[in-house]
Amino acid sequence: MPKLRDLARIIRSKNAKPFVLTLDMLFATREAYDQVVAAPELLPEAIAALYGMPVAAVRVIPYPAARAIKITMHRWVPAGSFDDRDLLGAQQAVPLFDLEISPRPIEVVEPALEGTPR
Amino acid sequence: MSTAPTPTLEASGDGRREIRALAITGFGGIPEASLRAGMKHEPHFLGSDMGTIDFGAYYLGSGRTGGATERDIRLMLEAQQELSVPLLAGTAGFAGGEPHLAHTVEVVRRLSLERGYHFNLAVIHAEIDKQRMHDALDAGRMRPLGPVPALTHDAIGESVRVVGQMGPEPFMAALGQGAEVIVAGRSCDTSQYVAAPLMKGFDYGLAYHMAKVIECVSICAEPGGRDCILGTLRDDHFVLESQNPIRACTPISVAAHSLYEQPDPYYMYEPGGMLDTTSSSYEAVTERIARVSGSQWVPAQQYTVKLEGVRQTGYRSFAMAGIRAPDVVENIELIEQTVRGGIEAEYGPEGNDYRLKFVVYGRDGVLGPLEPMKGAKGHELFVLIDVLAQTQQLARAVCAQAKQNTMHGGFPGRLSTAGNLAFPFSPDLHDAGPVYEFNVYHLLEMDDPLELFSIDYVEI
Repeated sequence: MPKLRDLARIIRSKNAKPFVLTLDMLFATREAYDQVVAAPELLPEAIAALYGMPVAAVRVIPYPAARAIKITMHRWVPAGSFDDRDLLGAQQAVPLFDLEISPRPIEVVEPALEGTPR
Repeated sequence: MSTAPTPTLEASGDGRREIRALAITGFGGIPEASLRAGMKHEPHFLGSDMGTIDFGAYYLGSGRTGGATERDIRLMLEAQQELSVPLLAGTAGFAGGEPHLAHTVEVVRRLSLERGYHFNLAVIHAEIDKQRMHDALDAGRMRPLGPVPALTHDAIGESVRVVGQMGPEPFMAALGQGAEVIVAGRSCDTSQYVAAPLMKGFDYGLAYHMAKVIECVSICAEPGGRDCILGTLRDDHFVLESQNPIRACTPISVAAHSLYEQPDPYYMYEPGGMLDTTSSSYEAVTERIARVSGSQWVPAQQYTVKLEGVRQTGYRSFAMAGIRAPDVVENIELIEQTVRGGIEAEYGPEGNDYRLKFVVYGRDGVLGPLEPMKGAKGHELFVLIDVLAQTQQLARAVCAQAKQNTMHGGFPGRLSTAGNLAFPFSPDLHDAGPVYEFNVYHLLEMDDPLELFSIDYVEI
């Protein structure tokens, strides 16, 4: 399966103020965007598990206008606090880099029976 | 005091009116070539966001300024004097509290005296009086913003400094009084850019969206950077052009900017309402100029001001050093464990009096427990020994013992018996002074957007 770093042109993280981390993935093609946005690995439950956070703390927001997906999550500790290691939150997207992305499910179209209205 | 007019607008080439804003970076050094290029477009006003909360509680708590240098302030004032248009600068001195504002105003005054600049100056204060907060809390007019606990009187009492993020209204009031240079304390990053457009009756949604993009100067371009950017706002759209020709504002790069540092690319909250970009369209005018339309504004039922406040949590001392010898690299975990044991024996367990952490770069310094490469270590490590304690003396004492024991710590199979650490320089140990954290991060409901933000007018 392809890794996210092979499908995305940009994978980045940054704080949205001290208590929230936001991660963005931007894609060069509509195809890559479509595959990732629909992937089970991008569900809030999966991302929450990846980051060791409760599901309620994670939001996944598709942003097709920029061929992008945003993940927003509550920070585990406030930025700049003693237990923090990344003041601006700029190096926290790493767990996403090697995330393996399931291929798009193939749509099966039932062939119509003769004489049956479509 | 003279009453200079608010920016006058003339019709653009095709008879429609427009207002042009030149956005100048407020910290990290103004790229002068892009400022000069931008000035050729005859902007109606100049704006600069001179601060941010992103670099943490230290600046607000300590009163120390950061961000714009004297050179930056001089360049902004020079541009203002040359063009004779208003200059609006928000979140002065990096954190926008009283000491930060005062420092910036002092630099403005001194440079103006040295260089013969003359203008009407407005200084807008953003520090919030504690009694005001106590009263608002009692009146039920405070609410938490995001995942923070509800505000208490104790938290207000403990806070060292609290600022409110002012909306555009104080800037508008100052412009209305003829201010030509406005230096404000903590502001929303849009405030200095929407003030003039809103006074001139431009659309709120478009004005706020343009402000939101240009306040980060050319970060919205491809490749992104800190060069000045020209935003041209018209009645039904706005146009963006970076003033460095190598940077292109494309539909995707501008759309993508709504992602930057935002929890939600579609909904952005301001004191008086919300910017809604769900219907925004992004189009190319040229291969490096983009056009945006369709942005909406949803007015709020209740005007709210975001308060940011800090309290002191203690004092920091730290030591840092490299490790290269393979026996030490191999055993760093054991060394840390041994050092901690010794500290605990001397000072008791980690807790309220002190905290101690080892940040091991080359292993998991950046990601800590999130590090996917479990157990991997480089041939070389860099160790930061970080201590937080109730007094500077205690922080120093704990750090000194930790550093010394890490340097001379023994372990089975040790070869490096003269020392485990390579200190980069003298001193080997640093007292970093007070440490702060945000303890007020709440919305204050207000009836009058000007009420908290007093304005002084000075002729320079």
